[in-house]
Amino acid sequence: MQNSCFYRILELVKTILNSKVPDGPIEHKWRNYQLKSQLINPANKKKLSVIVVGSGLSGAGTASTLAELGYDIKCFCYQDSARRAHSVAAQGGINAAKNYQHDGDSVYRMFYDTLKGGDFRSREANTYRLAELSAPLIDHFVQQGVPFAREYGGTLVNRSFGGVQVQRTFYARGQTGQQLLLASYSQLYKMIRAKKVELFPRSEMLDLVVIDGKAKGIIVRNLVTGKLERYAADAVVLATGGYSRVFRLSTLAIGCNGSAIWKAHKKGAFFAAPSFTQIHPTALPQSSEAQSKLTLMSESLRNDGRIWVPLKKDDTRKPLDIPEDERDYYLERRYPSFGNLAPRDIASRAAKERIDAGHGVGRLKNAVYLDFKDAIEKFGLDTIKDRYGNLFKMYKKITGIDAYSTPMLISPTAHFSMGGLWVDYELMTTVPGLYAVGECNFSDHGANRLGANSLLQASVDGYFILPNTINNYLADEIKSEQPNIDHPEFEKAEQLAREHISKILAINGSKTVDHFHRELGKIMWQECAMSRTRNGLQNAITEIKKLRDAFWSDVKVTGSENEMNTELEKAYRLADFIELGILMCTDALQRDESCGAHFREEFQTNDGEALRKDEAYSYVSAWEYQNGDFKLHKEELEFEFVKPTVRSYK
Amino acid sequence: MRVTFKIWRQDNPKAKGEFRSYDVDGLTKDMSFLEALDQLNENLVLQDEKVIAYEYDCREGICGQCGVFINGRAHGPHDNITTCQLHMRSFTDGDIITVEPWRAKSFPIIKDLVVDRSAFDRIIESGAYISSKTGTAPEANSIPIPKDIADKAMDAAACIGCGACVATCKNSSAVLFTSAKINHLNNLPQGKAEAVRRLEQMTYQMDLEGFGNCSNTGACEIECPEGISIRNIAEMNSSWLRMKLTK
Repeated sequence: MQNSCFYRILELVKTILNSKVPDGPIEHKWRNYQLKSQLINPANKKKLSVIVVGSGLSGAGTASTLAELGYDIKCFCYQDSARRAHSVAAQGGINAAKNYQHDGDSVYRMFYDTLKGGDFRSREANTYRLAELSAPLIDHFVQQGVPFAREYGGTLVNRSFGGVQVQRTFYARGQTGQQLLLASYSQLYKMIRAKKVELFPRSEMLDLVVIDGKAKGIIVRNLVTGKLERYAADAVVLATGGYSRVFRLSTLAIGCNGSAIWKAHKKGAFFAAPSFTQIHPTALPQSSEAQSKLTLMSESLRNDGRIWVPLKKDDTRKPLDIPEDERDYYLERRYPSFGNLAPRDIASRAAKERIDAGHGVGRLKNAVYLDFKDAIEKFGLDTIKDRYGNLFKMYKKITGIDAYSTPMLISPTAHFSMGGLWVDYELMTTVPGLYAVGECNFSDHGANRLGANSLLQASVDGYFILPNTINNYLADEIKSEQPNIDHPEFEKAEQLAREHISKILAINGSKTVDHFHRELGKIMWQECAMSRTRNGLQNAITEIKKLRDAFWSDVKVTGSENEMNTELEKAYRLADFIELGILMCTDALQRDESCGAHFREEFQTNDGEALRKDEAYSYVSAWEYQNGDFKLHKEELEFEFVKPTVRSYK
Repeated sequence: MRVTFKIWRQDNPKAKGEFRSYDVDGLTKDMSFLEALDQLNENLVLQDEKVIAYEYDCREGICGQCGVFINGRAHGPHDNITTCQLHMRSFTDGDIITVEPWRAKSFPIIKDLVVDRSAFDRIIESGAYISSKTGTAPEANSIPIPKDIADKAMDAAACIGCGACVATCKNSSAVLFTSAKINHLNNLPQGKAEAVRRLEQMTYQMDLEGFGNCSNTGACEIECPEGISIRNIAEMNSSWLRMKLTK
């Protein structure tokens, strides 16, 4: 009886979450997909319009490429220019399976590294496609004028990144994200000049408009005038980035938020694996309560820097006074084959373990050392300066310390969100006509993202995948009615957005938005970051709900809705973060296993490594919003080509 | 630590602005300058006053969105940094710190310390790209680019578009910004095909936006967070002259 019930549910789940993975061997799936997907003739493309929310790598890539194909594009960003999007801040590089270094790399190896890096919690076919499209992406960016690092002879240089034993990372000093973003920004403006893209800077999406079950538009707040505006299109693409600002202190830009995907979630888009958030091992440590941001120091530094803490607990000596045999190079000790290049989740957890055990360094004992002494001795100061000069400069600007002569202080910090809106192979969410690209979707990274795969995924989604899948949907939309902003659904959505803002302004309580954000951050960092427990998560959910009530009764926002009001922007973004925080804890609570960045203390091996449980948890959790509650759906992960193994970097 | 901020307040582009003073106590040397302003804004909220509008995003010196005049200098008292990289340890207890928006005709004030820098985007739009469509690129290593050329392109490409060069220039000139972008692309083999057109259109657009001329004082290079060299200006000028003579 129970069994038949189980299978009925399984059937139901399958019909709801159709991943649309095409047939065939893994290396032919993408080609097979393209062969079968519907095409639209150029004359008809002109009649189809697409809204793109976000102008970072994935958004600008989507907008410019769709415009080149002939679609009519409207692109929105909250910043003053598309060039500010947070892709700009990625430092270290972008991976591609070019095998330029002749070190045994291939598409298959890159696919396997990524799948394993994500602890076998991502969809095989998507991950393979990511690796497959990586090589043409480098060609694309070189052609767009990205000044990647070169050998004297003029060919491209590579370096290593965490979790990998080949050199497949391409880079432009420590500013790779900036250079890729500027290339896509330029391409976007080329299409603006061609009048194929209309860009709306200083514009923030407040809601998604769904008509007859399909995404047909958005409600936008003009951040200069405060005016609410309606925009209709045949499809909507969200490219709104990650949500790790839910922790408040993170490596993200201050404006990064989860509101667009949260509103979409509330309108029917399932949210996948929300608790899979990456804590980056090498950021600058927190130094005070007032801190707004923790700056990332690129993972590439771990190529040459060695991480250590004093062997002795509560050692107060200066780092240079601690002799070699009284230092614990704990990553080299625990993971001899990967050493300092262990993947991020593992490196962060190992740092936390040492800090918790009383070996942390720095004023607040919350950091570890990243030391370049050996590298400088081996390669010379000039080589290290050439490789990481701008990172050392940045470190000095922020801390006032010269890291060439004394080790850097680094600490784990909230960084990337692997979770996001659930998307199928076509990058479509569970709302027809609504797509999610880049960091805001859940697709390729599983439970942990490998370094230099973020720029890759954002770009591949925007430039290569979506422009080849959206046609499959739009081909049918050409027959349907042109979306119209006078539709009652637009009226309703705008009205609700207006009421939401008025409600916040009317509270007139006694605490600032930042106060509530700090409180949320503390709860999330304590209970839903590097290590999680059942009790802790249950308490966190209760605490966040209390915080939500306190916010809605006691927050104070000054100024009005009809003007530029940065305090109001922070308030409505935080209101969504609070709700998202509850879902993240709920998700972490249901997953009774440890995998990748999700480490539940109850589930670990004797030597403190993550204990995965494939029989029960080899699925992607996908949450449906139901009037303030969340219903779990499962996309079972089928491993047709790779057998999940215990993930070891020892 | 306690300081007095003397800040330019202006409600909208048409309003008449004025300096207003605010005392802020309880700051620490570790705090960034923007975190001190955050603190001030929290105080203002609790006093039932409107917050001061100022811009920022990444707070790590790369997005280029922050940028104000601090005690008469773009991005504050140090050379080659952004406002978000300035820390309170650069000031002393009891200081009066004057904060103004970028002052340039081509960057109209929107509110308080926020200005409109879209003129920069329009210069980019006029030609700062390589006209190749997605999907048309040749194999990346098929066109070798010697290291010195790639490095030189990268030096110029590092511009973050903050506008400090314009703000600090007595002529409000945008030549450092424009020349860096032109040289980045024109130095690369991929950018050569459109080099002349790019030079012509971008400089034309720069003039159209009302930016002033360059009188070679070199102030921009000192304030540029990326330390972009004024040699870029010389290189652009020489290319421009060559273009005019040969065309």
